[in-house]
Amino acid sequence: MAKTIREINDKIKNNKAVVFTAEEIIPFIKQKGYKKAAEEVDVVTTGTFSPMCSSGAFLNVGHPSPRMRMQKAWLNGVAAYGGFAACDIYIGATQIPDEDPANKIYPGSFEYGGGHIIEDLIAGKDVFLRATSYGTDCYPRKELETYIDLKDLNQAYLVNPRNAYQNYNVAVNLSSGVIYTYLGVLQPNMGNVNFSCAGQLSPLLNDPYYKTIGIGTRIFLGGGIGYVIWEGTQHNPTAVRSENGVPSEGAGTLSVIGDMKKMSTRYIKGVSMLGYGASLAVGIGMPIPIVDEEMIEFVSVRDEDIYAPVVDYSSAYPKRESKIVAKVNYRDLRSGTVKILGENVQAASISSYPVAREIAETLKTWIQNGTFTLTEKVASIPGVESGQTFKPLEIRPERG
Amino acid sequence: MKSVISKNIMLHYPKEHTEKPIISNLIKRYDLTVNISRARIGQDEEGIMVIEVSGKKQNLDAGLNYLKEIGVTFKPVSMVVLMVDEKCTHCSACTVICPSDALTIEDRNTMMVSFIQDKCIACGLCIPACPYHAMEMHE
Ligand code: SF4
Ligand code: SF4
Repeated sequence: MAKTIREINDKIKNNKAVVFTAEEIIPFIKQKGYKKAAEEVDVVTTGTFSPMCSSGAFLNVGHPSPRMRMQKAWLNGVAAYGGFAACDIYIGATQIPDEDPANKIYPGSFEYGGGHIIEDLIAGKDVFLRATSYGTDCYPRKELETYIDLKDLNQAYLVNPRNAYQNYNVAVNLSSGVIYTYLGVLQPNMGNVNFSCAGQLSPLLNDPYYKTIGIGTRIFLGGGIGYVIWEGTQHNPTAVRSENGVPSEGAGTLSVIGDMKKMSTRYIKGVSMLGYGASLAVGIGMPIPIVDEEMIEFVSVRDEDIYAPVVDYSSAYPKRESKIVAKVNYRDLRSGTVKILGENVQAASISSYPVAREIAETLKTWIQNGTFTLTEKVASIPGVESGQTFKPLEIRPERG
Repeated sequence: MKSVISKNIMLHYPKEHTEKPIISNLIKRYDLTVNISRARIGQDEEGIMVIEVSGKKQNLDAGLNYLKEIGVTFKPVSMVVLMVDEKCTHCSACTVICPSDALTIEDRNTMMVSFIQDKCIACGLCIPACPYHAMEMHE
């Protein structure tokens, strides 16, 4: 018996919706079976909290007097992009201060960057804006130095081009020296494996073919409300999938938007990856409407059903070789030890499972309270049938 | 005027000294300033006190000599490493960095990362490795 989103929303408004998190639903389905569970359950909530480097914020700071069209701008010494109309700037999560020594003192500590500015703004802190321009008849000002804060900005919203990766690499270091990566510090000779995925709680792993999540889907973003606005960059629906349809490597991605003024620093945090750079950890939760039995089958996915490729970040990854060391599942990764090439290796996560769980719980409460209703997607993101792949860049010095 | 210097030290003094006015002697006899930052009487009644002593160099040396003479042992305060609970996201990145199992997930159901102070050797490796600046070194 299929349900419509409208029927589910009516139940939400009457505080009658039956909602489970993607973790809680697993034993429930085991007990009830797909058919009964699909009838009884209306929504399953997912969550993820992880560094998501392709993130950033549009800020409109308002017009100073005299007016200025900012050509170059810096927030607390970190360059923001000003190539828009006057007063609009975009601050990217991985931008670092111009004077940061980066990896000159190796490994660089990357204490502060664009992600930290976004966190500071959400925390209500003053941020120092410096801007320069060439001056025009209508925008004569050439220099600007001022403090700004979130409440005084006209608009401040995250526009993250690539978030919520559907599965991801598991990183290992086969070399004999320590390496520093965006997946953390990797000890030599397979001293540890690091991963970054919420597994059974992760949004796109619970809707592997993007049946319900699409453009226009309302989501939990950073503690506030956001929306899916497009497929994410590098979206790759044709990635390798296991029999259950779940990708066993990085696959789909989403582009999302949300109002920073409603966000909380509990779910939006600046990140410093030793020897790699600055970033932003983003908390995302997505509701999966249980419109039919197929959706309940999808949300029954468990950590042990989700496999990820172990990739050598000392050689294969930087050289862009497609070699993988092994495939492991998230139950084993989350147990703290995985067997790779016959050896027991300690596993650690860069994303937070407890915060992912908290996000799924929070979204569940919002839906149960009737404060968060579901949206019907207005368009789908490309699925397997699109044949869309993730192309590499082939460097060509000559015009084609 | 000779400049004032200060030292952070941890004193261990045996039971028989817990009654003696060691601190007031340091102040009165040696013209030192003493700030007590931590003090407790240990299990076997042995006293432990973390103090900051400051004064002129020769006074400081004489004061420390006095402590030695009366059998009070002391050492410079080692740094302590602390977890800032509000900043920790329980990601677990530090658990494979910590050489002494002081950062560990004790319960794989909650997946929460615990910091076990007693196991910490204050090596400081977790501090730059934590992406969220949740580990700090303090005196
Ligand atoms: S790496 Fe930092 S945030 Fe992650 S568990 Fe350890 S202390 Fe907490
Ligand atoms: S300082 Fe060293 S021993 Fe202490 S928790 Fe950090 S890594 Fe472990």
